[in-house]
Formats: sequence, structure tokens, C-alpha cells
Amino acid sequence: MDIHEYQAKKILSDFGVTIPRGGIVYSPENAENKAREIGGSKWVVKAQIHSGARGKAGGIIVCDTPLEVAQATDKLLGKKLVTNQTGPEGKIVNRIYIEEATDIERELYLGLVFDRSSESIMVVASIEGGMSVEEISKEKPETIIRSKIEVAVGMQSFQARELAFGLGIEPDLIRRASETIIGCYKAFSELDATMVEVNPLVISKQKQILALDCKMSFDNNAMFRRNQVSELRDKTQEDSKEVFASDRGLNYVSLDGNIGNIINGAGLAMASMDMIKLAGGSPANFLDVGGGATPEKIVKAFKLVTMDEKVKVILVNIFAGINRCDWVAEGIVEALKKIEVNVPLVIRLAGTNVEKGNQILKESKINYIEANTLEDAANKAVAALNK
Amino acid sequence: MTVLIDKNSKIIIQGFTGKMGSFHADEMIKYGSNVVGGVTPGKGGSKHLNLPVFNTVKDAVSETGADASILFVPPAFAADSAMEAADAGIKTCVAIVDGIPSHDMIRIKRYMRRYTKSSKMTLVGPNCAGIISPGKSMLGIMPGHIYKEGRIGIISRSGTLGYEAAQQLKNLNIGVSTSVGIGGDPINGSSFRDIIEKFETDDETDAILMIGEIGGPQEVAAGEFAKENMKKPVIAYIAGLTAPKGRVMGHAGAIVSAYGESAIEKVEILKECGITISKNPSVMGDTVKAVLEKM
Repeated sequence: MDIHEYQAKKILSDFGVTIPRGGIVYSPENAENKAREIGGSKWVVKAQIHSGARGKAGGIIVCDTPLEVAQATDKLLGKKLVTNQTGPEGKIVNRIYIEEATDIERELYLGLVFDRSSESIMVVASIEGGMSVEEISKEKPETIIRSKIEVAVGMQSFQARELAFGLGIEPDLIRRASETIIGCYKAFSELDATMVEVNPLVISKQKQILALDCKMSFDNNAMFRRNQVSELRDKTQEDSKEVFASDRGLNYVSLDGNIGNIINGAGLAMASMDMIKLAGGSPANFLDVGGGATPEKIVKAFKLVTMDEKVKVILVNIFAGINRCDWVAEGIVEALKKIEVNVPLVIRLAGTNVEKGNQILKESKINYIEANTLEDAANKAVAALNK
Repeated sequence: MTVLIDKNSKIIIQGFTGKMGSFHADEMIKYGSNVVGGVTPGKGGSKHLNLPVFNTVKDAVSETGADASILFVPPAFAADSAMEAADAGIKTCVAIVDGIPSHDMIRIKRYMRRYTKSSKMTLVGPNCAGIISPGKSMLGIMPGHIYKEGRIGIISRSGTLGYEAAQQLKNLNIGVSTSVGIGGDPINGSSFRDIIEKFETDDETDAILMIGEIGGPQEVAAGEFAKENMKKPVIAYIAGLTAPKGRVMGHAGAIVSAYGESAIEKVEILKECGITISKNPSVMGDTVKAVLEKM
């Protein structure tokens, strides 16, 4: 789960990281007042969307008067911002963060992620702040320094100090820099985060160390014990079909193609998408109804896939294990009584009681194309598309 | 494979009296697995499915001599249960449960560092289908009848894609020695590398089919291990050629975030390691067959 910049900043500041003064607003009037309240003579108006690279997309505006702050807020609110991370449809701006402008001396990069090879937390830092970590690793790989943290004992002061010295931070600021790095580590480890990125982490002309922009992501599996974090979810930043799916216990990812998929198991779903591509088609979605594929889930899955107007063919591929094909078939027949499907439907059942399952489908008089293997299913789905 | 389970494995169910635990215990017993009891804290001393229920794994081990366990406890308590199993001297533990926080998985693995290699429990999963040695024992939730007895080892992150492979092999009259579902999470108890190493020394296995997917460094690590250390042939399929970058594809661990984590990159690296690639998921069986014919 991702959260907004201002939410991540609030969290980090609770862990002892210094952030510029700022506040969240929802209207231009509000923005003008907020700017006066913050004080100073220069402000940054920042569109809050779940994406980086907002600056290039026009989502960050520097203003010299509270009136300009109000105008910038007016310009951004309700707008869809398209960045290289949002996809062509962009993300809507519903919240604006107003922040005092910072006199920047140096911009650094600080990131924390899970390292899956060593199964520990990896801190990555670079003197090339402001660039994305992908750009840094491509263009300035020699500037990257890493520190692997043993999670059983947590981050030690010397590790933070080594990173701070490695970034060339001047001696007077080392202590504050170490506290900042340890604060980020604590936020990561104590809140079940999967990513914390402060980019840039800046040293101001006034010799303050500030998190100027930050991003945090969290482990969905741990949200049951992180109520305060899970409340920060902003569904307006997610694909509406994906929200519909996740609220109903389905794993769904919206894609660009036109063959809708209903499949049990994430691996089989990815494999089926691969087969569709090989057959010359293009998947409209990834959808895993779960290993169980209960009739209720099948109904919800049909509802979800038929919501997508791009879908011109639906492919159902279920490998029944403990649940049986006859039961899955009954679920499909039931679903088709409730949901109107106006596109060709290809169904492949496999596993336990497959003959019985296929017989139920045939006898139900539903309009569908039967497929026997994974390959057969993909070919028939693409052929149905071309008819 | 005897190092994980065999006919004599004595199995206990952790979370025995719950709905999932009861259902799958029954399925395992029907398959012929030697289930000797279960654990549900607070229900010790009672009987369930005609088998004894214990309060702790230690009690279960001392009373029944259990050496294998399978977890059907909710995600919030799963880490605790896995560590309890390790401490009680269980040899092989399968965690079926989907949804264990990554931080908890790291905690389990750190906890297990206290054991020497010979006394360390093998944890398989979480978020997996479990282990089956066809005709001998099933410590999992798979449909046992799709596995034919034989000499191919299967390792898969995905449950249903593992079934697909077993079915394709069965249709070609090829059997399986042991199939291990290592699970779809970012951090799992046993990696591909851990399990192919066990298959290499397993005298019931001739060749290994590894079914991977996008995300994480595990397939590559296994490939490099195979290149250096293995004599038995390894065949691999990697799912997710069409998966977009940066998105989680169902499995929490199926996300491309670094170089070498996409399906195409993994396929290239594995080829360089001398592994035979099944070019699409419908020819996993055929690819294994072709390799066997060359042996």
C-alpha cells in the first residue's frame, strides 16, 4: 500500500526526521490562509498523488505570495497528472500540500528497501539526490553506497555514521544526519514498511537536514496490525476496478489488452497471460480468484471483468484442486444467470472431476467455447476475438 | 524425498481443530499420509478426527514422535507457530497460510539461525501448496490424484501452475518423485536453491522441473547453484513474460523491481547457467520429456 508524500512526512517527523513546515489543503481559500500561517516569503505548492516525478508533470509550483499559492492550488486541484509512473490515464489531484520553500545547499538520496537476497533491510544512499534511483544506478552507479542492516538487532549508530560520512556530510552535521537515517530505519521496521525513500534529503543553507520529498509503501499483509497506517489508504489514487477487486478478496491488475481473464492461482494466471500473448492476443487484466475458486468468487470475478469495456473475449481457466470442477462449473452457470455476458466466453477446466464439470457446462445450455489445454484455451480466445 | 517427507513421516496439524485444518487433515489421511495428531492451544487432551489434540507442539512431539507439521493457523499467529515447531524438533514444516507479513518471515528465519544445520527444521512456504511424494505421503493441500509416482522433482512458487505441470507430466506418462511448493511470498522458508540442492542428493529423483515467476532473485540464485554444483538436469519455466513492471501480480513476491527480476531476464540468465527452458507453460511436460530422452 502506498501513501501520500505529506502522510509519509508526518510519519517520518514522528520518528525524529526534520521536515519543512507545511500543511494539507483542499481548496484555494484554505491554501492562501495556510501559506500565511506557515509564514516566510516563498512557498511550494505540491500536488498529492501516488507517484513520483510530479515536478516534470507540472505538479509542483513555487510561489512568492499567498495569492499565488491560492492560484496554483486552484490550477492543480481536480486535475489529472500524468507522470512516467501513473500510466497514460494519470492520477487525480484531490489534496494539495503547501510547504515553506527551502534554501537548498546539497541534495542527497536516501532509500530503504527489503533486500530479498540477504533477507534483511538495505539502506541505499547517494550524493546524487533529486534523480530517481534507477537513473542514479544507471548514470552514477559509483556514487551509490549501501548498508545491510541486521533486523534482529536493528540499525546501529556506526552504520548510520558510516553512511553519513560516505555522503560527505560535514562533521558538525554528522550527528543530526545519523539521527535522520536511524529515524527512517525505525519508521521502516516499526510500521511494517516495504519501502522508505527520501529523495531528496537536503542540507539547507541554514545547515538543517530536511526530508524534502518522501515516499513510503507498506506490506498489505501487515495492515491488520497497523490501523493507523491502513487508515491512510487513498482509494482515489487506485484503479477503480482494482479497488472493487481488492474489497472483494480478488487479486486484479488492470492491463491494456482486450481478452479478460478469470483464473485461479497467481502463477497460472501469469502463465495464461503469457499464452494469450504467444497466441497473438493481449490480456485485459490479471485476475486470480484464489486457489479455492468458490462459486461466490466466480460471480464476483465475472462482475469485475464485464465492468471493463475493453474486454471483447473472456477466458476462464480453472485448475481445480481440492475444489472440484463440477463445483466450479456450477459456480460459472450460477454467475451467468446473474451477470449478462455479451462477448465470447472460452472455458477451460482441468483437474479434479473435469469430465463432470464439462458435462454440467454443456447441459446448462450456456453459450461458451470449450477448451482442453492451456494452449487450446489461449488459441480459442484469440480466434474468438478475430471473428 | 526422504529428507523432507516419506511414508514413515509422522505428521501433526497445527491449527488442527479449525475448518481448514480439519478439512485438509482429512484429505491427507485419505491420501495415506501418516497423520498422528494435532495442536490447538487450549484443546489439549481432547480428540479430533479420532486423533489426539495437544496444547503445544512439544507435547505432540513427545507423545507421538511427530517429525513433520503443517500450519493452518491465521497469518497473525503463523510466525509464532513456525518457531514453536522449530523449537520442538520438527524436521519439516509446511506453512500453507497466505498473508504472513514479510517482517515476520524475517523474524522466523533469524530465529532459526540458533540451530545447527543438522538440527535445523526445513520450513516450506508460506503461501504454498505444500509437499507431496506421490504414493508415499502428502503434506499439503494439492489434489493428490494428479500426481503419478515417478522420478521427476518439481519445485514451484505457484500452486496451480505446479498442478498444471504435474498433469502435463502425467498425460505423458511421466511421474513425480516429490513436488515442493515453495510459495509466492517475497521471503520464504525454503528457496529454489535450498530445494534443488536436496533434489540433487535425492536418489529417487532423476531431473528437476523448476517453475518460477517474475520478481526476486531466487531463480537466478538456483541457476547459478545448478551451474556450479549439479549433475542432474534442470528444466525451468518462468511465468510472467507479459507482466508489467512494478506491479504486484497476485503473489506478494511477484513484482519486478530490479534488474534480473523480469521473466525475460531470468530466462536469459538461466539459459546461460545451462538450464533447459520450457518456452511456454503448455510445454513444461514436453520439455521434461525431451530432456529425459537425451539422458
